[in-house]
Amino acid sequence: MKFDSPAGDNLFDRARIVGKSTPRIDGARKVTGTAPYAYERHDVAAGQAYGWIVGSAIAKGRIVSMDLAEARAAPGVIAIVAATEHEPVGSSDFNFAPLFGGREVSHYHQAIACVVAETFEQARAAAGLIRTRYESADGAFDLKAAKPGAPIAMERGEPARSSVGDFDGAFAGSAVTVDETYTTPDEAHAMMEPHATIAAWDGDALTVWTSNQMVEWGRQALASILRMDADKIRVDSPFIGGGFGGKLFVRADAVMAALAAKAAKRPVKLALQRPLMFNNTTHRHATIQRVRIGADRDGRIAAMGHECWSGNITGEGPEDGTLQTPKLYAGAGRMTACYIAQLDLPEGNAMRAPGETPGHMALEVAMDELAEKLGIDPVELRIANDVKDRIPGGEQTKISDRHLTRCLREGAERFGWSKRSARPASRRNGRYLTGMGVAAGYRAAPARTSAARVGIDDAGRISVATDMTDIGTGSYTIIAQTAAECMGVPLDDVTVHLGDSRFPVSAGSGGQWGAASATAGVYAACVNLREAIAQKLGYDAARAEFADGRISGGGRSSALREAGAMSVDGEMSFGKFKQEYDIGTYAGHFVEVDVDVFTGEIRIRRMLAVCDAGRILNPLSARSQVIGGMVMAAGAALTEHLVVDKRFGFFANHDLAQYEVPVHADIPPQEVVFLDTLDPIISPLKAKGVGELGICGVGAAIANAAYNATGVRVRDYPLTLDKYLDRLPAV
Amino acid sequence: MRSFTYERAASPAAAAASVAARPGAKFIAGGTNLLDLMKLEIETPVHLVDVQDIGLDAVEDTEEGGLRIGTLVSNTALSAHPRVRRDYAVLTRAIQAGASGQLRNKATTGGNLLQRTRCSYFYDTNMPCNKRDPGSGCAGINGHSRQLGVIGTSDACIATYPGDMAVAMRVLDARVETMRPDGQARSIPLGEFHRLWGDTPHVETVLQPGEIITHVVLPPPPPGQHFYEKVRDRASYAFALVSVAAVIAPDGTGRVAFGGVAPRPWRVAAADAALPQGAGAVIAAAFADARPTEDNRFKIKLAERTLAGVLSQVRS
Repeated sequence: MKFDSPAGDNLFDRARIVGKSTPRIDGARKVTGTAPYAYERHDVAAGQAYGWIVGSAIAKGRIVSMDLAEARAAPGVIAIVAATEHEPVGSSDFNFAPLFGGREVSHYHQAIACVVAETFEQARAAAGLIRTRYESADGAFDLKAAKPGAPIAMERGEPARSSVGDFDGAFAGSAVTVDETYTTPDEAHAMMEPHATIAAWDGDALTVWTSNQMVEWGRQALASILRMDADKIRVDSPFIGGGFGGKLFVRADAVMAALAAKAAKRPVKLALQRPLMFNNTTHRHATIQRVRIGADRDGRIAAMGHECWSGNITGEGPEDGTLQTPKLYAGAGRMTACYIAQLDLPEGNAMRAPGETPGHMALEVAMDELAEKLGIDPVELRIANDVKDRIPGGEQTKISDRHLTRCLREGAERFGWSKRSARPASRRNGRYLTGMGVAAGYRAAPARTSAARVGIDDAGRISVATDMTDIGTGSYTIIAQTAAECMGVPLDDVTVHLGDSRFPVSAGSGGQWGAASATAGVYAACVNLREAIAQKLGYDAARAEFADGRISGGGRSSALREAGAMSVDGEMSFGKFKQEYDIGTYAGHFVEVDVDVFTGEIRIRRMLAVCDAGRILNPLSARSQVIGGMVMAAGAALTEHLVVDKRFGFFANHDLAQYEVPVHADIPPQEVVFLDTLDPIISPLKAKGVGELGICGVGAAIANAAYNATGVRVRDYPLTLDKYLDRLPAV
Repeated sequence: MRSFTYERAASPAAAAASVAARPGAKFIAGGTNLLDLMKLEIETPVHLVDVQDIGLDAVEDTEEGGLRIGTLVSNTALSAHPRVRRDYAVLTRAIQAGASGQLRNKATTGGNLLQRTRCSYFYDTNMPCNKRDPGSGCAGINGHSRQLGVIGTSDACIATYPGDMAVAMRVLDARVETMRPDGQARSIPLGEFHRLWGDTPHVETVLQPGEIITHVVLPPPPPGQHFYEKVRDRASYAFALVSVAAVIAPDGTGRVAFGGVAPRPWRVAAADAALPQGAGAVIAAAFADARPTEDNRFKIKLAERTLAGVLSQVRS
C-alpha cells in the first residue's frame, strides 16, 4: 500500500482504542522478569558458553604481540578469538569504526579478543591473563585544536550548508545582534541494558539473539561484516532495555559472539562490560557552535546564522547542530554550515535527536540572549518569529501541520510564566536563587517503509508479526491498538510478536520514526486481512464494518472466526508528495530551577512540555517518552560529559559512577501536555513520533532558567557549579 | 577477577592471624568497594578472610559518655542509632549523604574508613597509577582531575579519600581501635589513621599487615549545632566535590573538617581556631598549602562558599 496523498477522514478519526491511554501490554512480563532480554535467553540454544571481551589499552597504534598461552591454559577456557590471529572483519554501510581483527587499533577499548569459557567467571579470569604489547601512535583527540582546519561536512553527497538571502548583509544591518559560541561535550547513551548477544551456528547459518533497534539493518550489516549471505542470518531482538541510538548498529558484542561461537563450536553469550561501552561503542559527538542572530528593535529577526563544528573518525558524519535552525524561525538572511574535523576518538554517531539535541542547546540560548537584549519576553520573541506557514528557502517549503505558537502560549499559561521576573537574579527563596526558562523544540517527523504480517486464528484472535522493535518505547502496545482498531476486536484479542528478522521488515526504531511508520505498516496489513476475510465470507470489503469481533454489511453479520485461520502481509510505503512538506513535531519547554547561592548547585524544580505531534496513539506511553527525553536533557544540561583525555585519546570517565546521568533526586515533577492535533501528511493514522521531541529544547530551557536565576550566562555545557562560582553574589 | 580462596573467621584475633599469615590476603566485610575493585583487577587478593562472624556489630555507650561503634555496624544502622541521631547528628547526616540505601545496608563502619579513591586512572588498569601500580606514574596530575585532591597530595598522587562518614568522625575526634595479629590492641586518632600520599600512595593507612579495625570510638558529643553539607553535581549518588562537616557553638567557635579535597578528612587546628572570623579565614588557614590543578582549583572557592552557607545557619 502506498500513502500517496494526504489522509482524509478514516477509521482512526472514530477510534475507540487508538489514542486512548493504554497500559503497555508487555508490562506484566517486564515487571515479572518474564520478558527475556538478550543475555537472559537461556532457552534458545543449548550449551551456551560465556564470552568476555577484551578492549584495547591504547587509543591508536598497533598491537605488537598478544601472549595468549596462559589464558588458553586457564581453567574452563574453550577458545580465544584474538585480533592478531584474525583478519579484520568487514565494514558495513551503517558504521565505520573497525569492529575487530588485525593489528591496527583505531580507538580505545576497541575489541581485541574474546575469551570463551564454561563459566562467566572463568572467561573473565582468563581474559586478565592475556598479555598484549602495543606500539602507540599519535592521534588527533582535541576538537578545539582541530576546528580551524575542519572542512565542511558532506551529507548525501552535498556540502552541509544552507543559505537563503543575504545573511552577512542582514546581520551587519541589524540593530540588535547576538554573536556567541556554545560548546556541548561528548555524551554517552548510557542505556540500562548493555549491548549483549547470544550467537549460535547451525552449519553455515547464524542466529544472533541480541539487543538491536534496527533488525534488518543489523542483519545486513552482520552479513557485510562477517562476509556471508544475509539470508543465512537470523537476528532476534524482541525486548530491548534502552537504546537511544546506541543500538542502531551492530557492535562488537554481536560480532565477537558470532566469531567466538564459531571458534568454540558452541553457542556463546556475552555482554559488553559497562566500562567498555563508553569507548568501544558510539557516542554523541561534542560540538562547538557559533550562533549569530540579528533583529530590528521590535524583535523581528532579519538574520539567522548557525555554524557547527564536530569531529569524527574518517568516513563518519557530523553532529549537525544546525538542523532545527531553518525550521524554527523566520528571517530573510539565513545561513547554516556544518563542519567536521577528523579525530581519532571512538566513533561519534546517532544519539537521541542527533544534531537537534545539542543544536537547541545553542540556538535556544542565543534566542534567550537576544530577547534580553531586546527587552522582549522570550516567549513573545519566539512567537513573533515563528515561521508559521512556510519555511523560507529549500525544497520543503510547505508545512504539514504546525502549532508551535500554541505550544508556547499554552505552556506559558500553564506554567505561570507571567510570574517570571525579566530581571535576572532577582528572585530569592531562602538560600536559592530561582529562575524560569523557556525554549522551543523542533524535531523532524520522518516515516519509512514498514511491513507487517497480520493473522487471524480459528478463535478469531488476531496476531501481528513484524521485525519492528520495542526499545522501551511502547511499540508492542501501539501496534496492538492499531490492529485491534482496524480489525474491530478487543485489545486483549491481539498478540504482537516483534524483533525477529523472519518477520516482515519494518522501519525499526530510530529517528523518532518508529511509531508513525510501524503502525502504518500494520494498518496496511490489516487492510489486506480485512479484504481476505470479506472475500472469504462474501462481503464487500470496502463497505463492511469491522466491530465487536464481527464483520457486518449488506444486512448481515458474521463472526470473524468463521473466516478460519489465515494470515497476510502488508506494507506501507510513502509517496513523493510528502517531500514537498516539512513534517515536524513541536514543543514549548518550560523549566524552573533553584541555584544554591552558596555552592552554585543547580536543581530543577518544575518542568513542563507542551507537545504538538499529531494524533497521540497512546498518551500514557507517549508521556513516558517525553518525560524520558526531559530527563536525558537534564543530564545533558547539568552533568553528562564524556571527558576526553587528550594525552591518551579516550573518554576517561568510562563508568556509571563517573559519567553522571540524572538520578531520581535530580528530577522534579514533570508535566506533559499534548495538543489535540492531527497531521494528515504523515500517515493514515495522522500520528507523529514523540520519542525525540521530548529532549529537543529542554537543555536550553534549563540553561535559560539558570541564567534567569543567577544572571550568569554559561555557554559551555554541562552547566556545572564550577562555571558559576566566581560570578555568583558574594556570600 | 582473579581466583582467590576464602574463609570465614570466628574472632578478630583469628581474622588478624589469618590475614597476617598469607601475603596478599585481605579482610572482607560488606564488600561494597572491594568486590568492585576485584572485578576490575584493581585489587587482586589471593585470599579473603570474611569477618562477618566476628561479632563487633554493636554500638555501646562508653563510661565517658561517648560511643563505641563495632566495626561491623552497618552504615544504615549507625546513621539510624538513636544516640547518633540525637548527639552526633553530623555523623547521621554524613552517612546518609553517601552512596545509596542498598549500599549503606551492606557497608560497614570499618570498611567505610578503608574505601579507596575514585580517581578515573586508578579505576582503569591500562593507565599509569602509582597507587595501583607503584612506580608507574600518575596520570591524574595532568589529566582528568576535577574530582581529585587539592591539598595533602604529592607529586606521586593527587587522589582523595572519597568518603563522607569519616569526615564527620574527624570533627568528632574519633579514634580507631584495632587489633594486631599478635593480639595487641591499639587506639589511633582518626586524624592520624589515613596517611598523606608522599612517595607511597599505595600505602593508605597506618594499619600494619593483618591489623584489623575493631571499633571506632567517639568521645562525648561536642556542644553546638551539627552540620554536614555535601556538594556534588547531581543531587544524590555521587561523591563529594567538597563536603563540610562542622560542629559550631553559639559563640561561633567550633570544629570543621573538609571532605573530597585530600587523602584524608581534612581538618587543621588553625582553621578551627579561625571559625569565629568567618569562612574566608578558615579557608585561608585550612588550604594554605593547597596545590590544586587547573581542573580542581574551584574546590577551594567552593569549600569557602559551602562553609559560608553553613555558618549562615548558625543560631547565636
